[in-house]
Amino acid sequence: MGYTIAEKILIAHAGLKSIKPDQFIEVKVDVALGNDITAPIAISEFKKSGVKKVFDNKKIVLVPDHFAPAKDLRSANQCKILADFAQEQKIENYFEVGCMGIEHALLPEKGIVAPGDLVIGADSHTCTYGALGAYACGVGSTDLARAFIDGKCWFKVPGQIKFVYKGKLKKWVSGKDLILFTIGQIGVDGAIYKVMEFSGPVIKKLPMDDRFSMSNMAIEAGGRAGLIEPDEITAAYCKNRVKRKYKVYQSDPDAQYEKVYEWDISDLEPQVACPHLPSNVKPASELGNIKLDQVVIGSCTNGRISDLRIAAKILKGKKVKTGLRLIIFPATQDIYLQSVKEGLAEIFVKAGGIFSTPTCGPCLGGHMGILADGEVCLATTNRNFLGRMGSPKSFVYLSSPAVAAASAITGAITHPDKI
Amino acid sequence: MIIKGKVHKFGEDINTDDIIAAKYLISVDAKELGSHCMETIAPDFSKKVQPGDIIVAGKNFGCGSSREHAPLAIKGCGVSAVIAKSFAGIFFRNSINIGLPFLKLENTEEIKDGDLVEIDLAKGVIKNLTQDKTYQTDPFPEFLQDIIEKGGLINYVKQRVK
Repeated sequence: MGYTIAEKILIAHAGLKSIKPDQFIEVKVDVALGNDITAPIAISEFKKSGVKKVFDNKKIVLVPDHFAPAKDLRSANQCKILADFAQEQKIENYFEVGCMGIEHALLPEKGIVAPGDLVIGADSHTCTYGALGAYACGVGSTDLARAFIDGKCWFKVPGQIKFVYKGKLKKWVSGKDLILFTIGQIGVDGAIYKVMEFSGPVIKKLPMDDRFSMSNMAIEAGGRAGLIEPDEITAAYCKNRVKRKYKVYQSDPDAQYEKVYEWDISDLEPQVACPHLPSNVKPASELGNIKLDQVVIGSCTNGRISDLRIAAKILKGKKVKTGLRLIIFPATQDIYLQSVKEGLAEIFVKAGGIFSTPTCGPCLGGHMGILADGEVCLATTNRNFLGRMGSPKSFVYLSSPAVAAASAITGAITHPDKI
Repeated sequence: MIIKGKVHKFGEDINTDDIIAAKYLISVDAKELGSHCMETIAPDFSKKVQPGDIIVAGKNFGCGSSREHAPLAIKGCGVSAVIAKSFAGIFFRNSINIGLPFLKLENTEEIKDGDLVEIDLAKGVIKNLTQDKTYQTDPFPEFLQDIIEKGGLINYVKQRVK
């Protein structure tokens, strides 16, 4: 019997010959990640265990990115727990403000995650690395603490679902639109405790940044992971980044899937997820006049250089609607610098937007763009739950950077063709 | 272990932002987190809830973020167990790791807000004392029972590392 790419990675890291769905296994992890919200609990649990040294100071990654640069005293104290622990345990991959970026853009960029890896992160969007052909999934703080101790994690083997995308993408349609469409089709629990495998001719041609956007949102359909088989696009991305040998896994032709979805996406329009669930998806052109108070472009979903290039292309020489706040936050320092070099930052500021330091802040209602009662926001982020970005009386819509940039100009949700 | 408490009903897709909003993630204290549990969707919840009470919800409970603060907040406000149609993956593992009892039950809509419910965790039996109805759920797999019996994941691992 054949196996999928995800199952092969699990088998290799569990040291088993075979696995089946719902089986409990213990795996060795290649990378264990925590941030300023989740790592403090993990560090406290680790200390309570009485174990003095982490299993491997090269395989642990700590990124203060959620409430960093520290938004208040209590956040500062949480960030300090990471800094102190990193120093005490000589954690090589600790990223202080200045080197820091949004973790799920930062780790691939720095070559910390490679194809074939098994990655756990105490952050639900750890599934982003599935785009590299790694098995990556979100876990809790106690899981992270356990990995600090012995480098292992328990898994219940998930079932496998395959998504095949055929046809040709229209102009302005991106990986973000594909994943919003997918979640709209299957619902926020459509892949609950399953691995999502994205494939087909459309994925084969999809640039790496778009692939990251897709895998990033696998969790919004309940997926444990969202994998794409590595190919020449993956190899080109990893070249000069990943400094170690890695193994590329592919799904067998006779691999077993619980379900296969196949869509021709040639007619797909830019998609928008409406309040208050990522599955409440409609084509941008069918939304009517949704007036906006704020537009946010960035995050671990869409804060990469190609996202900012698309936004700049639309915003160049234009002004954001009077009274609307446009907040743009590049995902990493490298992306920030590249945006400055290419003149993107200047375009954003001249258009009347702000260009922020990397942070998860606005996406989860942390800081740098909290919504007031009754306000409406269009964001390129990944969740639009009630109160997600601030007031429980606010409204969040999700889209691609192209739709977000076009909408910042008109002040209402707008198809980029209209600009 | 027998749990007995009053039911607090919630809907489908109760996400981690509903359970504990991100603005409270500046604390790791279960009691403090518990005082804001469900605040976004049920502002009075943490004041109404009594020690031992039980949350009953629809499908996909705990979807969204990986924040362990979510099951911690539920435990911290005194809730003794969660019964739902299905649980999101990370919430499922976090609950096991910190020892928050949860049960998967298909017909949660039969249980009403305010009902008195008794749960026999070892047997997976839920008794609705108000309606005089009994439900049998799947007991926890052996591997997970072992983690829970050893007092959570860290103790389980410590005993194996020795």
